[in-house]
Amino acid sequence: MTYVIKPKFHHPELPKNKLGYTHRDYEGKISTLCAGCGHDSITASIIEACFELSTEPHRVAKISGIGCSSKTPDYFLGNSHGFNSVHGRMPSVLTGANLANRDLIYLGVSGDGDSASIGFGQFAHCMRRGVNMVYIVENNGVYGLTKGQFSATADRGSKSKRGVVNSDNAIDMVGIALQLGASFVARSFSGDKKQLVPLIKAAIEHQGAAFIDVISPCVAFNNHAGSTKSFDYVREHNEAVNFLDVITGRAPIHVDYAPGTVEMVEQHDGTVLALRKLNAEYNVNDRNAAMSFLHHHAAKGQIVTGLLYVDQEPEDLHVHLNTVEKPLNTLEAKELCPGSASLEKINAALR
Amino acid sequence: MPAANPISSVNDFVIRFANVNGSGSASANELFGRAILRMGVPVSPRNIFPSNIQGLPTWYEVRVSEAGHLGARGGIDMMVAMNPQTWDKDVASIEPGGYLLYDSTKPMPKSKFRDDITVIGVPLTAITNSTYSDPRQRQLFKNIIYLGALSALLDIDPKTIEKLIGEQYKGKEKLLSSNVHALHLGRDYALQNLKCPIGLRVQKADKVGDRIFIEGNSAAALGAVYGGATVCAWYPITPSSSLADAFTSHCKRLRHDPETKKAKYAIVQGEDELASIGIVIGAGWNGSRAFTATSGPGISLMQEFIGLSYFAEIPAVIMDVQRAGPSTGMPTRTQQCDIISAAYASHGDTKHILLFPEDPAEAFEMAAQAFDLADRLQTTIFLMLDLDIGMNHRLCRPLKWDDAKQYDRGKVMTAAMLDEGRDFGRYLDVDGDGIPFRTYPGTHPTKGSFFTRGTSRDRYARYTEEGPAYQDNMQRLLRKFETAKDLVPRPLQANAGKPTKYGVIYFGSTSPAMDEAVGLLEARGHELDRLRVRAFPFHSSVSSFIAEHDFVYVVEQNRDSQLRSLIVNELSIDPVRLVPILHYDGTPITARFIARAIGDHLDQLKVTPLRKVVS
Repeated sequence: MTYVIKPKFHHPELPKNKLGYTHRDYEGKISTLCAGCGHDSITASIIEACFELSTEPHRVAKISGIGCSSKTPDYFLGNSHGFNSVHGRMPSVLTGANLANRDLIYLGVSGDGDSASIGFGQFAHCMRRGVNMVYIVENNGVYGLTKGQFSATADRGSKSKRGVVNSDNAIDMVGIALQLGASFVARSFSGDKKQLVPLIKAAIEHQGAAFIDVISPCVAFNNHAGSTKSFDYVREHNEAVNFLDVITGRAPIHVDYAPGTVEMVEQHDGTVLALRKLNAEYNVNDRNAAMSFLHHHAAKGQIVTGLLYVDQEPEDLHVHLNTVEKPLNTLEAKELCPGSASLEKINAALR
Repeated sequence: MPAANPISSVNDFVIRFANVNGSGSASANELFGRAILRMGVPVSPRNIFPSNIQGLPTWYEVRVSEAGHLGARGGIDMMVAMNPQTWDKDVASIEPGGYLLYDSTKPMPKSKFRDDITVIGVPLTAITNSTYSDPRQRQLFKNIIYLGALSALLDIDPKTIEKLIGEQYKGKEKLLSSNVHALHLGRDYALQNLKCPIGLRVQKADKVGDRIFIEGNSAAALGAVYGGATVCAWYPITPSSSLADAFTSHCKRLRHDPETKKAKYAIVQGEDELASIGIVIGAGWNGSRAFTATSGPGISLMQEFIGLSYFAEIPAVIMDVQRAGPSTGMPTRTQQCDIISAAYASHGDTKHILLFPEDPAEAFEMAAQAFDLADRLQTTIFLMLDLDIGMNHRLCRPLKWDDAKQYDRGKVMTAAMLDEGRDFGRYLDVDGDGIPFRTYPGTHPTKGSFFTRGTSRDRYARYTEEGPAYQDNMQRLLRKFETAKDLVPRPLQANAGKPTKYGVIYFGSTSPAMDEAVGLLEARGHELDRLRVRAFPFHSSVSSFIAEHDFVYVVEQNRDSQLRSLIVNELSIDPVRLVPILHYDGTPITARFIARAIGDHLDQLKVTPLRKVVS
């Protein structure tokens, strides 16, 4: 944790994006997390992704639950509205916010305690409903703020800092998200910004329920030998199936990889993801195959990362509810209130 | 089998139908009530039903009252006993001199009847079996056949019933004619075989006027449509589910864009009550008018979020259709038992706004008003309905809407205001009413954003756990609550004809029984001034009303005198001044109960002083 006040000046030649913003315009308050925390790396990746996409910061709504991870929305996109809500209940708050205004980008930030334990139900149901959002779980397998209890994503057999061995089975958030119908599912590692930044960008572009499980080691309570969520362990067991190299807006793309190693994935809104395949057999459009691939590699102790599944024609909750294009929060009395003449008819039918 | 002294009454009696749940009796029974209404005589029907879909006993009670008493009366003048399971109790519950209508197809031992009532047998099963072969038809038309018999026995105009059937089955000629046929099967049997009419009779009157007949849940849902609610999230729970259902059907009719056919609303059935209120709060935070409908157990589950709404100041509307608790309690019985749990919902120091509608018309108005109040006060507003208002048809004044009315969206700072250089502090009280400005997410590229949290923060929404900043904020929230006192519906006072030292405070669904009880008490020589509380926080007139009387009865439908506790606590009233009158057996409170409880208490005070007796 640092106590210095963030300086406001910056290098005059900091690169600017299409909107004329620099990285600094996407930053937030200074982090109060531990020095070296994986979550701060994820924060940096979110800033980078939004900068590169030239996202208007105020068009993003950041919503979180409670916990270390849920504090991070204060540390990025300072010009966005943020909502640090209730433990495990970010998904419902985000769902409501999304229903009110379909035009904003919804960034849900949660942790493994927040999403896999207390909020497991809400996590499941917002995935089922296909809420258009980016749902990031900053997954360290441990309760940081309350000092080191196992979370539900801690692997069976992994050891806590105090030497206790976890006997409960782990919840694999990625596997669950796939099963529940999330239309974009990825996993990454906070220490691998190259992999993570394009995944966040692709998730923002995705018009449906996008889920990213980011393994994010806890330097204070879960970075020791015997932990399966430590920097060393994740680096050694990372099995990346692919990398997203290029994301274009809607412009033509030029990729100079050897044919066959790059797969072009076009999303519904016209954005194209260029996917560098590390595993030639892995197919990102096959939900069932993704699930068995995950199980197969988990049994070998490997952590599969990359873009694991994408539905190129996703439907979101607004499609299901057939809501008007105009955000509901902008509708006024003349559009919402049926008026006295209708009421007279209703009265007449009730006599 | 006529009784010695049969009850004789025109346009003033109570009839109860004892049925089996799921037997299709509801629509026939409702036709009965509506027919009498169409004859210009007020009725108030009540469903008495178990937590069950099929098989268990269910009752439908109709009070016919030309005088216009709409509260439950207590006592049964005529029983239509169609359920063998409850026969003994049903027969026992008839007032002496009352009437029993039963299915006489199979002979029953004399011991199953009473001597002091008039027993009327109609061979319903025999008539249906000789007319219909399909078992389902037999079941359904049996109900219409007893309705036909009743029309003859009670002198109800058959043309009125036929007209109602015609409206119900408009365009379905086959169903229409077969229902009318069944009606006359029963009516003809009665006219040919029974003495018609009996002592209880319906006679055309002109006492209904332009009033409408609607369930409170449906009216509240319509209020939400008119009040501009665009997001509804709910979880099924009796007796509130029909409110969300009604909102859905009202929206389908009234809230689709005529050209694109798209919905100007979003309704989500949540996975539980926590998700429902979470969705409401997310939508409220983002500038939509949102509500949930629930009952007591749902309120318990929503506690944490309600505290967030209070502290982070996010508009939300909760429609609580109260039922008897605690726990599952009596889920299909009525009470006013969530007053304290709603008023002080959540942990820490919290207080919430409650609205108490007396009937569907007020449920409509207050539901619409709740959204204005939520936006203006940036907090949770509870609409406190109950099963008695919510799930029963009630005669009430027609619903009204002023087309000139604009929604009050409260203090919302716009991009233009921010560009003008207005100082934006999310928790800054700029004009002393305790209400700060808010911005909707996405308002301005560089100004007006803030971080919403349940954690303590300063006037500019910056995290702080400094004691003075925390207290400053908590004090402002109290100021806001003070402001609310003049925004919520005021209490309504009705004084007795003569000056009196005694008053009575009541609220919500107790209203019609209380109004009627006043007449009964006057007949006993007791005068009472009345104050109907319509909202919490209490307006200053509640304190003055209590101060003006030696003591005040507080009539409510719960065990722990919850409203009285709230008055004592919030207005610092000496508890001795407030006498609790409590009804909490799950049935709706009656005028007879109130008049007896208050009358007996007042009689004791009238005891002649000892000195006078001696001298």
